[in-house]
Amino acid sequence: MIHPEVIWVILGMALVTYLPRWVPLVFLSRRNLPRWLVEWLDLIPAAILSALLLPELVTNGTPRHIALWQPELWVAIPTFVFALKTKSLGGTVVIGMALFWLAHSVT
Amino acid sequence: MKNFWNNPISPHNKRGTKTSILQGLSAAWPICLGYIPIGIAFGVLAQKAGLYPIEIMLMSILVFAGSSQFIAVSMLSTGAGALSIILTTFAVNLRHLLMSSSLAVFLGDATRRKLTLFAYGVTDESFAVNHTRFSRKTWSLNRALVVNHTANLTWIVSSIIGGYSGRFIHQGAFGIDYALTAMFICLLIFQLKGRLYVLTAVIAGAVAVILSLIIPGSSYIVLASIIAATTVLGLKKWGAR
Repeated sequence: MIHPEVIWVILGMALVTYLPRWVPLVFLSRRNLPRWLVEWLDLIPAAILSALLLPELVTNGTPRHIALWQPELWVAIPTFVFALKTKSLGGTVVIGMALFWLAHSVT
Repeated sequence: MKNFWNNPISPHNKRGTKTSILQGLSAAWPICLGYIPIGIAFGVLAQKAGLYPIEIMLMSILVFAGSSQFIAVSMLSTGAGALSIILTTFAVNLRHLLMSSSLAVFLGDATRRKLTLFAYGVTDESFAVNHTRFSRKTWSLNRALVVNHTANLTWIVSSIIGGYSGRFIHQGAFGIDYALTAMFICLLIFQLKGRLYVLTAVIAGAVAVILSLIIPGSSYIVLASIIAATTVLGLKKWGAR
């Protein structure tokens, strides 16, 4: 059983999601990019990860508002220190989850 | 020869393939750990919004972009039109344009067919894991493909499980809501390779927080990233003059 409307939504979503993933890989990988662009692209991962992460830590709700006293933020501090010391991705995920769980059972 | 360092063992012999798979899997497991709870949560929400399991599966297979799937399902449940859902998805996922551009730098000698397959699996998480390893020169496209497809399979299976049985899983158990946040924290640390990167992250984070408070939706991610990277590159060029 399916809803035809939902299938069209899914197909449309698939197309507009795939194209931005595909176009740069196929059209940028084969040419020599200008140096400034390579340098700019090199900064993008740090920028994106920080832009994804920080609003999650210090804001909440829709529409978003500042929320500094939430476990998301203070669990991030020991998690950050652990990641900095160990450089272990899996370890950091496990520690972060454990601390967040603890924070929620305490509060 | 350009790809020589990425392939210490030739990808064409059996041991090379096995190494690629094992190294890909060992890079992918933290992503999978994060995807299981989120995939299940997505499945639960989608089922509550009235989607059939086959539709949940199709969406996870064809779209494979977590946040936009959540948004689409919530829009469907409020009766939004197809076009507005698709346009929102486009806006939410436009950030992958930057990620694929950033990955393209390392993939100069890959075939179009493999790139077409690889593009499908570019997500926030696989991008960060693969980019870190590509820039350390310890990675190959085959390993990156293993990461993408393992993560993809985990996402699909978890969302189907959610669609069928997620309502029995207690929300918030084991701190699962924090898995991706913890992963982003560590991935961000991997990217802080010098003062300029730290500065970029600080600007992007601050701008993202401010923008997220004033503009609805998630366009703040792309805007803040572009503003931060452009500012820091400008400062660098200006300082070098």
